[in-house]
Amino acid sequence: MGAQAPRPPWGISSLAILAILIASFSLIPLAYVIYMTATTGWETVIELVIRPRVGELLLNTILLVLLTVPLCLVLGVGGAWLVERTTLRGYRWWALGLAAPLAIHGFVNSYAWASAIPSLAGLSAGTLIATLSYFPLIYIPVAATLGRLDPAIEQLAASLGLGPWAVFFRVVLPQLRIPMAGGALLVSLHLLSEYGAFAMIRFDTFTTAIMVQFQSTFNGAAGNMLASVLVFLCMILLLAEAKARGNARYARVGFGAQGLATRLHLGRYEIPAQCSLLGLTLMAAGVPMYSVTRWLIAGGIEVWEPAKLIPALTQTMGYGLAGASLTCIVAFPMAFLAVRHPNWFSKLLELSNYITSSLPGIVVGLAFVTVSIRLVPGIYQSAYVLLAAYILLFLPRALVNLRSGLAQAPRELEEAARSLGRSPTIAFVKVTLRLTAPAAAGGAALVFLAIVNELTATLLLAPNGTRTLATAFWAKSSEIDYAGAAPYALLMILIAAPMTYLLFQQSKKAAGQ
Amino acid sequence: MTEAAPRPHKITGLMPTVTFLRTTELVKSFGAKQVLNGVNLAIAEGGTTAIVGPSGSGKTTLLRLIAGFENPDGGTIELNGYSVAGNAWVPAHKREIGYVAQDGALFPHLSIAQNIAFGLERQWASGGRTARAKRVAELLDMVSLESSMGARKPHEISGGQQQRVALARALARKPKLMLLDEPFSALDAGLRVATRKAVADVLHKAEVTTILVTHDQGEALSFADQVAVMRGGTLAQTGSPFSVYTRPADRDTAEFLGDAVILDAMLQGSLAGCSLGWIPVRHATIQGQVRLMLRPEQIRITADGPIKGTVVDTVFFGPETTVRIKLSPVEGVIGGGEIITIRHWNAAMARPGMKLNLRVIGEGVAFPTE
Repeated sequence: MGAQAPRPPWGISSLAILAILIASFSLIPLAYVIYMTATTGWETVIELVIRPRVGELLLNTILLVLLTVPLCLVLGVGGAWLVERTTLRGYRWWALGLAAPLAIHGFVNSYAWASAIPSLAGLSAGTLIATLSYFPLIYIPVAATLGRLDPAIEQLAASLGLGPWAVFFRVVLPQLRIPMAGGALLVSLHLLSEYGAFAMIRFDTFTTAIMVQFQSTFNGAAGNMLASVLVFLCMILLLAEAKARGNARYARVGFGAQGLATRLHLGRYEIPAQCSLLGLTLMAAGVPMYSVTRWLIAGGIEVWEPAKLIPALTQTMGYGLAGASLTCIVAFPMAFLAVRHPNWFSKLLELSNYITSSLPGIVVGLAFVTVSIRLVPGIYQSAYVLLAAYILLFLPRALVNLRSGLAQAPRELEEAARSLGRSPTIAFVKVTLRLTAPAAAGGAALVFLAIVNELTATLLLAPNGTRTLATAFWAKSSEIDYAGAAPYALLMILIAAPMTYLLFQQSKKAAGQ
Repeated sequence: MTEAAPRPHKITGLMPTVTFLRTTELVKSFGAKQVLNGVNLAIAEGGTTAIVGPSGSGKTTLLRLIAGFENPDGGTIELNGYSVAGNAWVPAHKREIGYVAQDGALFPHLSIAQNIAFGLERQWASGGRTARAKRVAELLDMVSLESSMGARKPHEISGGQQQRVALARALARKPKLMLLDEPFSALDAGLRVATRKAVADVLHKAEVTTILVTHDQGEALSFADQVAVMRGGTLAQTGSPFSVYTRPADRDTAEFLGDAVILDAMLQGSLAGCSLGWIPVRHATIQGQVRLMLRPEQIRITADGPIKGTVVDTVFFGPETTVRIKLSPVEGVIGGGEIITIRHWNAAMARPGMKLNLRVIGEGVAFPTE
């Protein structure tokens, strides 16, 4: 062999460069907000930010987060515990039932409740609808982790004299820190950026106010300033989540078969438990289904317009599938860096994506409108811009899943494959990619769901003539044509249902069950 | 091959005949921490070498460099006469090595049979599926596992079985060099001995050159025909298990490889005078005041022994008892009154307070005083 220069094993630096490119791309909307703020001038900024209206919105938004997130945590963790760790009758069905509300988006839920009880409005209504819509975001990862925890640790705690409650609070709950923190962050980000659900019940948050501003002035300074405050709120949430998550890592390559967790006997608590789960499921999934059915019956055959329904359906599916696969591909380098080379740099990259995804769809939408008109006019109002916006908005969903999936595929396995004569690329594909595939599918399903339900960015960026199920539904329901909106709501639920089921299954598999 | 200390008495019969692997001045750092600090190692074709050292001594890093998972910062690695790192770069998958990791690293998504067949390409099993299945069955048999086990998943078998499967998987490609990274450390004691024996037999039959990394001295001494003691990123000593155990190059190596009795002594010619009398020292390179090292089993309790001592206390282990003895002063030598620990098979012969006679068997090793 000649004296060729030694080639370092497979370049991590090229991956890092790719991740930097994606991260800087994802910072476009943030840069837009900052640029707009900076060019507004300090006096105007202070004038626009320090005023009673902003205080009121701030109070509304903060109260919404402070009320909804703990409620979602209680429902999500409590439900997961009942389903995974107790002798609850029919726990397999309940496991599915608690994930089901994820198939019904916030604004469909809001439409259902508002059309059933027209007087619903304000903070209490917002909290009710947000909690019912978003608690599965905590339930699903927590249940998956609960099912995977090593029961030996709990048995050991019991042997140290801890009762079932003490075991739960001192041993189980701390181990659920990562999914709880991750889920709570997702819920909070949804609360900050949701528009449709709150607009329908006339509850003002920053996002609804920004939407009103933008609708009246296209891209006025007032709206931009509100967006700046929202970005600031998001930063606080991200820091809180990072603190709650700590440095915990959870890749486990164990020896032999892992024991099964013992299920706690509910005894006389069986009936209260069944009733609470039934009540929760009825409110979160039953009410929307009832409302949609009621309006479908009221509307009769006339509301089914094939000429409008079929294009909306195919366009939604097309954007959903393309967006979901692209998002997973884009998220992969970042997830890989975060798991295999965790350091301040990979955290910074992840952070830049969380910030973008926490911006309301309307801000991302308008940033893209402005940037594409000014810099690359050719692509304005093309599918590419819309897909790029989807990727930026929903990247963290894929990222969270891919990250936990990669944690299940330790580096040692890839090295074993290389020692067996597989090139680094093949070893990576056959082992790491293969083992990450279930989690990637889960992430893709989440992104698909989000795209099907995305409203504001789609309204702004969709090419002329494009109408997705969500935008069509919104057009009908904001004209109080509840019956006309019902078929779109039903289709959205029908598309989301199998995806939710897949997601639920994959969460179990990704967690190693 | 340069070594840390000049050692005049190698057992020539165990020296490499054909060098299969040679590392020269290997250097590797992770960030600011230098892990390998110039490692020189030569391994004979067909031989079994154990790299033993405390945790953090760099032994796993050395193995990973040999495997090709990492690139050295300096120095070279030659495998079978070819340069694979340093002057050239041959990646892991082209080095024809077998690798067994600490936890087996079986692919969780594949069955046992699929795991074993993972590295099998056409050149190893021509004739399609049946030939492949036959080879898998052969390999399972080679590691003493039932062929019916092939259908199971890794999490359905025990730790010892997982390690055997990992070995079978590594053997499937008939590697020229087998690298074992603490493959027995996660197993319980009984299983560890049985699995180690089984693995050693399989590797011996297959005539594969083997490197075992371990922090367990007993494992290193019993498994290998060459032991390399690693400390602080360099090899402190390399030699046959017998020679490194009985004639360690320095005190740290002596104490790492097993219990040692260390006494102040005055070396004159080839005799060292100490509280245990005058002990012969072979090839003494230094003279005057030294530290004399003996293995506990060299000190016997006998009725006619010339050295006197009093039992301080004992610890009973079943087949043997460790006995702490306070030595009586001996005239004409330095030291006296030291407490030494020896081993004895009969607990009844040594009880606290008993006066004993001792005799030293064999030679001692002299180290310079610090």
